[in-house]
Amino acid sequence: MHKLLTDSPGQKMLMLGNEAIARGAVEAGVAMASTYPGTPSSEISLNFFQMSRESELYFQYSTNEKVAMEVAAAAANSGVRSMCIMKHVGLNVAADALMTLAYVGVRGGMVIITADDPSMFSSQNEQDNRYYGKLSGLPVVEPSSVEEAKELVGYAFDLSEQLQEPVLFRTTTRINHSSAFVTLGALKPPETKGDFQKDPFRYVTVPAVARRLHVKLLENQARAKELSEASPYNFVEGAGGWGIFCNGVSYSYVSDAVRDLGMQDRIRIFRIGFSHPLPEQKIKAFLGECEKVLVAEEGEPFMEEAVKAFAQEAGLTLPIRGKADDLFSRLYEFDPAMVRKTIASYFGIDYAAPPAIDVQDVPDIPMRPPNLCAGCSHRATYYAVKKAAEGMETIYPTDIGCYTLGFLPPLSMGDFLICMGSSVGTSCGFSQATDRKVVAFIGDSTFFHSGIPGLINAVFNGHNLTLVILDNGTTAMTGHQPHPGVDMSQLQMEGYGRVSIEAVVRAVGVRHVTVIRPFKVKKSIEQIREALAFDGVSVIISQEPCALYAKGLKLLKGKPFTVSDKCKNHRDCVNDLACPAFYIQDDRVHIDADLCVGCAVCAQICPENAIRPVKIEKTA
Amino acid sequence: MDTTRLIIVAVGGQGNLLASKVLGEAALRAGIPVRMSEIHGMAQRGGVVESAIVFGDAQSTIISDGEANVLVGFEPSETLRAVGKCNADTVVITNLAPLPPFTVALGKGVYPDIDDLQERIRSKVKKLLAFDSTALARKAGNVMANNMVLLGALLQTGVVPMTADQVREAIGATTKQAFVDTNLKAFDLGYEAARKAA
Repeated sequence: MHKLLTDSPGQKMLMLGNEAIARGAVEAGVAMASTYPGTPSSEISLNFFQMSRESELYFQYSTNEKVAMEVAAAAANSGVRSMCIMKHVGLNVAADALMTLAYVGVRGGMVIITADDPSMFSSQNEQDNRYYGKLSGLPVVEPSSVEEAKELVGYAFDLSEQLQEPVLFRTTTRINHSSAFVTLGALKPPETKGDFQKDPFRYVTVPAVARRLHVKLLENQARAKELSEASPYNFVEGAGGWGIFCNGVSYSYVSDAVRDLGMQDRIRIFRIGFSHPLPEQKIKAFLGECEKVLVAEEGEPFMEEAVKAFAQEAGLTLPIRGKADDLFSRLYEFDPAMVRKTIASYFGIDYAAPPAIDVQDVPDIPMRPPNLCAGCSHRATYYAVKKAAEGMETIYPTDIGCYTLGFLPPLSMGDFLICMGSSVGTSCGFSQATDRKVVAFIGDSTFFHSGIPGLINAVFNGHNLTLVILDNGTTAMTGHQPHPGVDMSQLQMEGYGRVSIEAVVRAVGVRHVTVIRPFKVKKSIEQIREALAFDGVSVIISQEPCALYAKGLKLLKGKPFTVSDKCKNHRDCVNDLACPAFYIQDDRVHIDADLCVGCAVCAQICPENAIRPVKIEKTA
Repeated sequence: MDTTRLIIVAVGGQGNLLASKVLGEAALRAGIPVRMSEIHGMAQRGGVVESAIVFGDAQSTIISDGEANVLVGFEPSETLRAVGKCNADTVVITNLAPLPPFTVALGKGVYPDIDDLQERIRSKVKKLLAFDSTALARKAGNVMANNMVLLGALLQTGVVPMTADQVREAIGATTKQAFVDTNLKAFDLGYEAARKAA
């Protein structure tokens, strides 16, 4: 049985934050969940995916976050408790649905997980999604710990049903990817079927309806504010004339700092867990009891600006600060020592940070950047495209996935990237604005997510570009989730359709379509050369399963290769491919047989033909 | 109770996350509060994986520079890279078997000299325990049990607030059944190596 379906209330379990969120949803009787995977949220959906195979819970990987939100919104408006899960930038994709869903509202509880990523451990920006609460008018809740995350999910579902609005549940990486002990509560059986009651004057947002719905949304916001005033997740602790506002993980750093500094009777803490709408009256009362206030929040001055405005309304002139050069930064995540130091310096507390050790004499250690895996098909495709485009003035717009790593030398294939699907859209602009050959790269999952409209745009507007679709048969970067092109029978799962990328590409009117097998190096280069020469939109679909995924499914058949004595140390293999299976020992190239999956790409480019399959020793 | 802060650094694929999980389970068994965090987005792509494990009453799940009580490095150059997490009272345990980053093969950087590396770490911290844990894992029967060897050494130092038996039990409960014997053997070899070095 799945560990998160364990039915023993009171048991303590070590859980990842993302597991705690999924468990919280199951304890709240969630019946439908939908997602597009994205770090740091991915393990929430992975657990739903696994649980849906052995419980009544319905779960789906949707084509993108907007679709995921629409799926969940319809379930919630049929009275079924639903959750949709995405990373912070995913909410940008779903924002169109979100903004008007706020007008329409929900009947069954709906919780939207937005997993923010301060410091950008695996994201293209560190936007602060609390602002989506303000923008849409929806409630926002934020846990400060793994244990609280589980409890807060149940609270968010109840809140959603009370207000008849979806609730934004905002986490940060340090909640999603931290682990702690969580006490299990009772499981609530999901109510998987509801009923949709037709009411076009509530549900069909033509202007006349929307004008009335906006009035309703503002009324709901006023009610949400009252609930925020009374919420147990907005609480005050400690005593004294100095005040600190904090939320999310900054609460743990502030708590530890106040304890470490021995300031429990000098500093009172206002922990905000229900951050939109903010509890205005409670905050004004708190300010009235303080002589000096600090706002400790990662990201933008979301609370700070509100608190200052409340102080102004209350006629209070005490110093309130947060984001400043000498205090907290809007950049990156916080850490305990930095928060401790900032609190000490702001309030003038005598504190000497423990002496740091001198690391001046530590030599430069060679970097260890993440790399395309040994036997990664993307490496082979990049190599072939580079060879085919030799002598051309090129621009390589790229997209989001493992293959983005190909922008690093020596492959250096990737010139522009802003968001999911941007490879194709930006290619249209580059091909129009420059005279260079534009070759874009997009993964299979990303193509389904948001690449198709860009491709249609290219065909309709007559752009001159080549799109290379890197089809490795899975959503590799985030942990091998399925997408609409995946053969689900390989996972022994029934009831799924399968969408052919080639059929889609041909159907939208692309006239030059080539399917290549990138491990056949010479042939691929020839085929790519032809596609690049085509005047108009050409598409290359490069098909080869992700090596890690194939290994997991036991589909890898290749045998490892080795470097023979014929090697004359040209090192084209190492320098052009940068496969991590190579290593240098005593100035000779070697191949780590444990890493090599036998793709044989290096063997095909070796000028001496020195790379050969490992001979299996004959045993007597 | 007092707070003990442990950092584990490793290269993706070395089993750092499993080691953290074993320690977490052992703490659960021992009734010791624990909070952990990890950055593992790139674990399968050969990047660095860092876990922070905080035992005791602290709320924070991450560890600032200079504030680790103990640093365990599964790979020597990564141990050196993480030395900024240490202070003069930190205990450092490191494997000595190098896994040179790929950038070295590309000629972008030189792998640090192993003797010099130990010297530098030793001069900065309270105690350095350095040995070839990969060799001991191989001796136990599986090179992948390197993580268990280092856990054994960690438990011998007495820096973390659990007993070796509690961790042995957690290994039995947490790691795959087929590997439990090898893992326990590896754990004991690491424990013994640390005892001899002490």
